[in-house]
Amino acid sequence: MDLTRRQALLGASGTTLIGATPGFAQGQDQPRRGGTLTVQLTSEQRVLNPAIQASTGVYVMASKIVEPLVDLDANGEPVGLLATSWEGTPDGLTVTFRLRQGVTWHDGRPFTSRDVRFSAMECWKKILNYGTTLYQFLEEVGTPDDNTAVFRFSRPMPLGLLLRALPDLGHVIPAHVYEGTDIRANPANTAPIGTGPFKFAQYERGQFLIAERNPNYWRSGFPYLDRIVWRFISDRAAATAAIESGQVQFSPYSGLALSDISRLSRDPRFTVSTQGNEGNTAHTVMEMNLRRRELSDVRVRRALCHALDLNFFVQDFLYGYAKLGTGPIPSSSPAFYVPRPAPYAFDRARAERLLDEAGFRRPSRTGDRFAQPLKLLPAPWGEYTVNFATFIQQSLREIGVRVEIDRRDAPGFLTGVYRDHAFDLTTGWHQYRNDPAVSTTVWFRTGSPVGAPWTNQYGYNNPEMDRVIDAAATELDAERRKAIYQDFVRIAVEDVPLHCAVEHAFISVYSNRLRSSHNTPRWASSSWYDAWLAA
Amino acid sequence: MRRLAALALRRLLQAIPTLAIILVGLFLLLQLAPGDTVDALMAQMGGGDAEAASRLREFYGLDAPVLVQLGRYLLRLVQFDLGFSSIYGKPVATVIGERLIVTALFMTTALCFAFSAGLVLGVLAARRVNGWPDTLISTLGLVFYAIPSFWLGLMMIVLFSVKLAWLPPGGFGTVGEDIAGIALVFDIAKHLVMPVVSLALIFLAIYLRLMRASMLEVMSLDFVRTARAKGLAEGKVLRRHVLRNALLPMVTFVGLQTSTMLGGSVVVESVFSLPGLGRLAYESVAQRDLNMLLGIVLVSAIMVVVVNFIVDLLYAKLDPRIGAGAT
Repeated sequence: MDLTRRQALLGASGTTLIGATPGFAQGQDQPRRGGTLTVQLTSEQRVLNPAIQASTGVYVMASKIVEPLVDLDANGEPVGLLATSWEGTPDGLTVTFRLRQGVTWHDGRPFTSRDVRFSAMECWKKILNYGTTLYQFLEEVGTPDDNTAVFRFSRPMPLGLLLRALPDLGHVIPAHVYEGTDIRANPANTAPIGTGPFKFAQYERGQFLIAERNPNYWRSGFPYLDRIVWRFISDRAAATAAIESGQVQFSPYSGLALSDISRLSRDPRFTVSTQGNEGNTAHTVMEMNLRRRELSDVRVRRALCHALDLNFFVQDFLYGYAKLGTGPIPSSSPAFYVPRPAPYAFDRARAERLLDEAGFRRPSRTGDRFAQPLKLLPAPWGEYTVNFATFIQQSLREIGVRVEIDRRDAPGFLTGVYRDHAFDLTTGWHQYRNDPAVSTTVWFRTGSPVGAPWTNQYGYNNPEMDRVIDAAATELDAERRKAIYQDFVRIAVEDVPLHCAVEHAFISVYSNRLRSSHNTPRWASSSWYDAWLAA
Repeated sequence: MRRLAALALRRLLQAIPTLAIILVGLFLLLQLAPGDTVDALMAQMGGGDAEAASRLREFYGLDAPVLVQLGRYLLRLVQFDLGFSSIYGKPVATVIGERLIVTALFMTTALCFAFSAGLVLGVLAARRVNGWPDTLISTLGLVFYAIPSFWLGLMMIVLFSVKLAWLPPGGFGTVGEDIAGIALVFDIAKHLVMPVVSLALIFLAIYLRLMRASMLEVMSLDFVRTARAKGLAEGKVLRRHVLRNALLPMVTFVGLQTSTMLGGSVVVESVFSLPGLGRLAYESVAQRDLNMLLGIVLVSAIMVVVVNFIVDLLYAKLDPRIGAGAT
């Protein structure tokens, strides 16, 4: 793929530069203590509390201050952070966590199992987005002693699912700060107190957040950095200028314009890569509203998919930073992914044939096959989904299907698609959260209430699909679970209520001075305890 | 002095019905926009379930009917309470207070720069009308007027921050360094140079054209001829007789354009990541933060009223025939 070639070139030029500068080579091997890392963010969220708001935009700041029980290691396997070990019972109803000893909160109080119980029962289960679904059947968290937390479920919980969900949906906040307060309105939500390598220092909305080194961090000797500053620069061109002028060393989560990212990838001062973001893979998809008569016919849906030249889209719209999707489970998820070819290869003739078969012939050589044009609402989630909408419009024109685009801002889009169902086609950004049960199967399962965003709101209903999804969600054997998810992928691709067209990870742009970075699959969301800045 | 205070109070009272109509109208208009602040929050989080969404609606008080929400808002307003911002989790008044300082400083500087530079250039052009300085200045004015402020801002960033590294590319101050006193003033000034220039140039062009035209008009009037006939020096004629009279339309324009400038500052504040009122307003629309938006509209309206009041006082100062009491 083009990406690997580009990375290889980049690595080569980077090495040349380092080799040419005397004294630099030593600096590369030996972590250097001190320094301020400045990070650019496009927007900020309302809170800095990952126990009540699950979002990369929260993790990228708060997970340096507040830590989860478990994170993912370099190979994508769960590794203990605030938990040291775990054990599930064979019936899947109980999971016991041993907690790390000698950990203190930034205010000096000790971290105990009470904090875990409070976070799980009051925040993860009741408030946290996606947590309310994942922990729906969590009955209680027992605390036999200060260093043991026993999670009891009323329905079997696959241990693998819980462990893969915990890095995102398992941040622990201090019970003594939150207990007896209105959790959503607690001032600690914007001035977090945690156990992490960095302590909250100052937060100016719309400007910056500063966190300082925590000298009492439980990993002794860490962190290396003295301070991290996050600056909010919403204008993408200005953000690029900030990184080029050296004011900022890191722009996470595809925060710059793709054209600028492509340009910076040829600049030897910076690394541009999707490495370290594999745990945050997403699909750019085309969703189809099955309530529309024409789209209720699976042949029509398949025809629309065949009409898209996705290789062209990846190369010319996304600058090669993506690959073709193969189904709702991305290739970056080794625990569930079985290699398969990308479905619905670009084949315009076949698309036209399928439409003819379905009874939607062209009235004339240039006429429209459908009486009414398809209404397409582009998801306003940045360049990927907006450009994809334009691409769909032009591609479908070629097979005699007219598309009208109706652009809206985020609240307008969510209302139009998920509440009013006032669309025929829409593009979407489907984030994969390391286990299909967290937020992937809801796209295909029936039963989501009207208005629930990011769920099946296009009238797709296949009882066989529902059965497979439910079976996988409670299957305790990891191998069998993986096998059931292959059925899920197969049905999803055959029925194609939505087309997982393109798979991509976020792109990080960072200065070559930033070291020990991007070495885990969700690095931007991790604690950065061992990151350091070269001179 | 007492008469002045009475006048100010009367002006403010006159503004109240207008403000009420604006606020209620805006409140109802925003109900027509699809989606609410919880939708915006869900979009920002990148996902969530229906359960979480309905709990959030309850938390923000969005589960009540629209008229009840409006009633609650107005009731709070008469108690001088602007309510709570859903995106900031703080009282609206506090957030606006923080942002107002930045915008006020930024806009006053831009306005002063545009006004004084426009004035000087306009006078120069008028004195040598149709000569080369006039042609040069008028052409420059046209160029300034035609350049979009966001583009100019970005180009200045590329030149002065990325290439030359003379000025910081954005922000309101150096982050994470403890500076105070004169160093702080200097630091903020350094951050404001590019934003002020990119916001001011369009207005500068307008003032320049206006000043030139109004100078030319006044110069052709009888009393100027009389002054010259009296044997007054040209400089004195210009300063004492022409300039003072030519300033009146300029001052009118300043009053009118405060609101236009508030609109223009949204773009410039975004480009330079300035934490000002304009960007706050934009964010509030995108995030459907109703309380915040209404608060901003209220504060902006008061600002415009105040500026126009000052303009009225200036009239009286410039032209004694217009008494403050007569308005």
